[in-house]
Amino acid sequence: MFKILKKRKLNEQVVLIVIEAPFIAAKAEPGQFVIVRCDELGERVPFTISDYDRDAGTISIIYQIVGASTMRLAQLEEGDSILDVAGPLGMATEYVEGAKRVAVVGGGVGCAIAYPQAKKLHGMGVRVDMIAGFRNKDLIILEDEMRAASEQLYICTDDGSYGFNGFVTDQLKALIEGGAEYDEVIAIGPVPMMKFICQVTKPYGIKTLVSLNPIMVDGTGMCGCCRVRVGGKIRYACVEGPDFDGHEVDFDELMRRNSTYKEHEKDHICRLTGGVR
Amino acid sequence: MPNMDPKKTPIPEQDPAVRARNFKEVSLGYSEEQAVREAQRCLNCKNRPCMSGCPVSVRIPEFIEQVAKGNFEEAYKIIKTTNSLPAVCGRVCPQERQCESKCVRGIKGEPVGIGRLERFCADHMRGKPVEQEIAPANGHKVAIVGAGPAGLTAAGDLVKMGYDVTVYEAFHTAGGVLMYGIPEFRLPKAIVQSEIDSLEAMGVKIMTNMVIGKVLSVDELFDMDYEAVFIGSGAGLPRFMDIPGEELVGVYSANEFLTRINLMKAYLDDHYTPIIKAKRVAVVGGGNVAMDSARSAMRLGAEKVYIIYRRSMQELPARAEEVHHAREEGIEFLFLSNPTKIIGDDKGHVCGIECIKMELGEPDATGRRSPVEIAGSEFELDIDTAIMALGTSPNPLLRMTTPGLEVNKRGTLIVDENECTSKQGVFAGGDAVTGAATVILAMGAGKKAAAAMDQYIRNKK
Repeated sequence: MFKILKKRKLNEQVVLIVIEAPFIAAKAEPGQFVIVRCDELGERVPFTISDYDRDAGTISIIYQIVGASTMRLAQLEEGDSILDVAGPLGMATEYVEGAKRVAVVGGGVGCAIAYPQAKKLHGMGVRVDMIAGFRNKDLIILEDEMRAASEQLYICTDDGSYGFNGFVTDQLKALIEGGAEYDEVIAIGPVPMMKFICQVTKPYGIKTLVSLNPIMVDGTGMCGCCRVRVGGKIRYACVEGPDFDGHEVDFDELMRRNSTYKEHEKDHICRLTGGVR
Repeated sequence: MPNMDPKKTPIPEQDPAVRARNFKEVSLGYSEEQAVREAQRCLNCKNRPCMSGCPVSVRIPEFIEQVAKGNFEEAYKIIKTTNSLPAVCGRVCPQERQCESKCVRGIKGEPVGIGRLERFCADHMRGKPVEQEIAPANGHKVAIVGAGPAGLTAAGDLVKMGYDVTVYEAFHTAGGVLMYGIPEFRLPKAIVQSEIDSLEAMGVKIMTNMVIGKVLSVDELFDMDYEAVFIGSGAGLPRFMDIPGEELVGVYSANEFLTRINLMKAYLDDHYTPIIKAKRVAVVGGGNVAMDSARSAMRLGAEKVYIIYRRSMQELPARAEEVHHAREEGIEFLFLSNPTKIIGDDKGHVCGIECIKMELGEPDATGRRSPVEIAGSEFELDIDTAIMALGTSPNPLLRMTTPGLEVNKRGTLIVDENECTSKQGVFAGGDAVTGAATVILAMGAGKKAAAAMDQYIRNKK
């Protein structure tokens, strides 16, 4: 059992929890994930590790309440325990060697995973521009943390209610065209966002790392559910990823495969909420 | 006077039409009378040919003699001296290629139903306390990586020798393929759990959610004072055919399909793991995993299930009983056929599969005649789900993180005749070494490794 030591709502839909998991905390690196199973009936769901404290023996995950499993996870409070947490899984992020300036782009709850990347790079002395996109002002998370982990933080909102009025792609393009020379772009967020960020960077030949979120079951290199097409080849996100070269990823295929259980998911949410949503 | 009936005592089974729609066990097992009658068919041969066919050397004629006398507990104890998981083996071993293939009764008629009797003994004693001989604690610690058939067998043997045994399991449940791979209707999970419980009762410690190679390295296990480590990490990534359409929604690896059903219980309505409730299914492959996938798809409510196999019926690697059961349940076999592409609709969902007819050519390296395509013989099937049961490549996690652990070209761990790897104090067995094989071969390897680990630690003193 894995005890929830702390729980904090970052916005109406996004929750941060700190979990007691000393073995995982001892090994976790940015980019890695854990597989969480809430209780006996639950699915195995992957969550990227958003932070870890080796001394305290804790890891943090940040999740958005979007489906049946995250709704159930959200029912667990401080002091409650999660039945199963396995990790750290996947490969730690490998940054471009000798990078001097990097743009870290986060979209929505993806900022929760983009942020530790910025923090790590910032700590390594790399000049980090953090671009964080949200639908509107109310959904902004981790603003202070992201600001502290970057040279410059650019917040974008789709409706212009805060910061730059537009998408993260527009902001990134403006920065590149304005003369910013990036050695690498790291993009983490919804699949369409990562796809379009890659389309922005490709003409400039800027290496772009994306963190993929395919559906997983075991997460340990056994079931093949998380296969993605990268550079025309089948790659397994759970053991070879989740980070891949964004210019090689077939994002459309990933989006299709991620929609496999949409109908099933609706059904389970209806049952949890008594049909109201 | 032995029972000279040339046929095995029939075993009660669920009616095919009924069982094809439920996940309850197909075979209901012998009653006491039936078991005694079947046991009386054993001639108790002096040279015990059956035993030479058993990878874990079960003392077959001895236990059967006790069954014939009605001494079921005694029979069970005899099995247990060499086999940690009798309820499992009795159900899933390919007996027709092992013990029963050597049975003298099989020359003129059917061999003794050794597997059925083994199962009977285990089921008869389930939940009843049985005294096990366990050597006094010897103060030495050993670690087992993977709680599947290889690891559990090694753990059982080592704990009986007095070792302090810890098993590290990556999943949330111990059992490995017995839990995630083999379906409930062939191997009820409560039975696997009771075998695991009995190991824990003997002192084996099981740590779940521990992905060795990630959370701890093999070297770190040695730092934790384990003196020897057994790797039974099992099968890894599934193979695909590398044909167009394998990325479509509705294409599963058998590993994924079966894991969703067996480990995650997607077939039960109250469990959250989803699975596609397919109507028309094609399973590609001819092994036990293909049979399990096809029969599971049928039980989830499919109207039509095909098994597509590129060789002929004679070459099917699956256990004979599974093929027989699959046919009874209405699975359609397409022999000498091989998929060439999976066809998708405009939404990227599977809507068909194109196959080509094959003929058997010259024998290949494995001695099986290799299938050759017949030009222009393509045909299409309407399906909505395809399940690829083509075997697996070994899991890369341990070889990636364990310096000194050598693997061969296929990525399987290299071991000597004592299951000893290239790294000192590290032993290995099961699918991690052999590639996809059977439960009993993995158990045989676990057994051999346990003896070798004992020897290794004794020599170190």
